[in-house]
Amino acid sequence: MPLLDIANLYVDFPSHQGVLHAVDDFSLQLHAGEVLGIVGESGSGKSVSMMALMGLIAFPGRVRAQHLRFAGQDILRASEAARRSIVGKDIAMIFQDPMTSLNPCFTVEFQITESLQLHKGLTRKQARIRACELLEQVGIADPAKRLVAYPHQLSGGMSQRVMIAMAIACQPKLLIADEPTTALDVTVQAQILDLLANLQKEHGMAMVLISHNMGVVSEVADRVAVMYAGQVVELQSASRIFDAPQHPYTQALLQAMPERSTGQARLHTIAGMVPGMLDRPSGCLFAPRCSSAQAACATPAPVHSGAELEVRCHFPIGTLEQSAP
Amino acid sequence: MTTKATPDTAAPVVQAQGLSQRYRIGQGLLRPAAMLHAAQNLSFRIEAGRTLAVVGESGCGKSTLARMVALAEPPASGSLLLGGIQVAGASSKEQAALRKRVQMVFQNPYASLNPRQRIGQILQGPLQINTDLKPQAQRAQAAQMLERVGLRPEHIDRYPHMFSGGQRQRIAIARALMLSPALLVADEPVSALDVSIQAQILNLLADLQASLGLAYLFISHDLGVVRHIAHEVLVMYLGHAMEQGDKDTIFERPLHPYTQALLGSTPTLRRHASGAKRIVLQGELPSPIAPPSGCVFSTRCPHASPLCHQERPTLQPFRDRLIACHHTVTLAGPAENAGNGSH
Repeated sequence: MPLLDIANLYVDFPSHQGVLHAVDDFSLQLHAGEVLGIVGESGSGKSVSMMALMGLIAFPGRVRAQHLRFAGQDILRASEAARRSIVGKDIAMIFQDPMTSLNPCFTVEFQITESLQLHKGLTRKQARIRACELLEQVGIADPAKRLVAYPHQLSGGMSQRVMIAMAIACQPKLLIADEPTTALDVTVQAQILDLLANLQKEHGMAMVLISHNMGVVSEVADRVAVMYAGQVVELQSASRIFDAPQHPYTQALLQAMPERSTGQARLHTIAGMVPGMLDRPSGCLFAPRCSSAQAACATPAPVHSGAELEVRCHFPIGTLEQSAP
Repeated sequence: MTTKATPDTAAPVVQAQGLSQRYRIGQGLLRPAAMLHAAQNLSFRIEAGRTLAVVGESGCGKSTLARMVALAEPPASGSLLLGGIQVAGASSKEQAALRKRVQMVFQNPYASLNPRQRIGQILQGPLQINTDLKPQAQRAQAAQMLERVGLRPEHIDRYPHMFSGGQRQRIAIARALMLSPALLVADEPVSALDVSIQAQILNLLADLQASLGLAYLFISHDLGVVRHIAHEVLVMYLGHAMEQGDKDTIFERPLHPYTQALLGSTPTLRRHASGAKRIVLQGELPSPIAPPSGCVFSTRCPHASPLCHQERPTLQPFRDRLIACHHTVTLAGPAENAGNGSH
C-alpha cells in the first residue's frame, strides 16, 4: 500500500470572472522512503496541490478528489480532529521563504516545542531538550544559545534550518518541501539540499520536493512529476526524464535552460504563454504552444501510463518517432 | 584627455580602476558608526558589444558595483571612465550627459514599473526629461521601441498590470533603451522569471546587443545564465574580486577555491548524468562589517593555511586570468592546461 495515494484531485478558485482551475485531475502515489520532485513554472499548481493535501486551501477555494489517502486513511473525508492528528505530525511541510514563515514574535524554542507539546504530549522541559537535539541534527552550532533567539537574529540559511527542525520534530512519515532553497544563495542551497537528503535517508521519510529549478530536483529526486497549468503532464524516474522526456512540454522546458544550450547564440523558447483563467483551451492544455500539435490535440489529452512512466499527451515523443520513420 | 562631454567612440564603454565603496552604518546618538566595505578595489573594462557578468552570493557587493557604474552613487575611491570621460571630474552638466549613456534594468518587473502610469508614459519619461522632442514624436519613438522589444505598438496605452512578468521585463528594457545608451546595467534581470520566459528575455538581450552594439554589465547569481550570456566574468566575495577573466577560462578551469565551490554547488542536470559529488562549503558568508583578517574567503576555504588568515592576497595576473589567492600555483598544478587555452 502506498503511503500517499491521491486520486483525481481538483482545486478550484471561483471568482466573479470565472473559475480558476489551479489543480486539474492530479493523481499521485508515493511510497514510504521515496523522493518525488514536482517541477513546473509559476502558476502550474505544484504548491497548491500539496497545500490541498495539508488542508491549507482557504475559502473560497474548493478541493475535490476521489480520495486523498495517507497511510490508508482518506484525509479529505476524515473529521477535523483526525486530520489535525495527522497534519503537522505525520505530514510536515517546509515553506519557501524562511524569513516570512517563522513567526517574528516568538523565539525559536517556542516555535519548535509547540508541535512537540501538542502532538507528542511532552512537557516543556522535555520538549526543550528535544528541540536542542533537533537543532543539532539540522547542523546549528551552539543550539542552546539559538533556542532563545528570535527569527530576525538568524541568517536565511539558519532560519531554513530552524524550519526544517520544526518540520521533522515529530518524525513525519512524509515531508513536503516547497521550494526549500529558492530564497538561499547557491553555497547555502547546497548545504540545505544535503541536509534534506541526509535526514530523508536517516529517517526513511518520504519526501515531496517542489521546485522550479530542474537542477535541484535532478540531484535529490527518485521520480519527477512535471506540471503544466494544473495538470501533471509527465511522471517519470529522475534518471530518465532529463535525458528522454516523453512530453513535448518537458522537452521544451529542458531545451530552454541555458545549461542545455551552451555554445548556441539563441536559447530555445516556448511560444506563447501559460493559459490563464479565461483562455484555457478545451483540448490539450499545451496544444496552443506545442510545436508538434496536430488536429487530434483539440480534444483533452489522454494519460498514457506504463510501468515507470505516465504521460498526458496524444502523441508522446517516443511513440511519435516510432510511427513516423 | 578631452574635457568636453563628447564621448570617445574608440574608448571602452566603461573603464573602472580601483573602484571602492564603503557605507557608514549603525550610527546612534552614542554609538560610533561602523564601516561596511561593500566593494574594494575593483578594476575592469567593458568594450562595446561585450558583456561583463558579475557573479557572487548576496552581500558580495554586486549591486553596489552596479549602482556605482550606473552613476546612482559616487564611488568612495577609484576612477570610473565612461566612454573615455572621467566621471569624477565632470561638471554636473557633463554628468547629466553621461547618465544618458548608462541605463539600468532591475530584477523585479512587478516593482520597477509604476502601476499608475500607462506604458506610453513610462517609456516617454526619459525623453521628457532629457530631450526637447514634441510629445507626438516621443510617442512615436515609444511605439517603435515597443516593437523592437517584441511587444505591439498598441500596447502603449495599457497599464503594467495588464502584462505578464516577461512582458513587463520587456517594457523595463524598452524604457532603458529610450535614450540610446551605450551601456545597460542589468541587475538580476531574469531571476524573477520562469525558465521559458527567461530564455525569451535572454534572447532579446542578445539580439539587442548584436543590433545596437550595446555593452552589458550583467549581474546574476545564476551561473547557467552567466555562462550563456557573458564574455567576461568577475567573481566577487565580500566586496573583493576573487577571480576575473574570460568566460571560458573561468568556467572550464576555475582556479580560485571560491569559484570552484560556486560552480560545484550549483545544481545541474549534468551532474545527475555523471554521478559526481557536489562540493559543499561549510558555514555561511561572514559579516561584511567585520570581515575576516587576511583572505576574506579563508574562513570557508578548504585549502586555507595560516598565511591565508594573516595576509590578504591581491588580485594578480596568473596565466590567462586575474586571481586573488595565495595558493594559486600549488592548486593550479603544472602549466600545460593553461598553455592549451592561451593561444
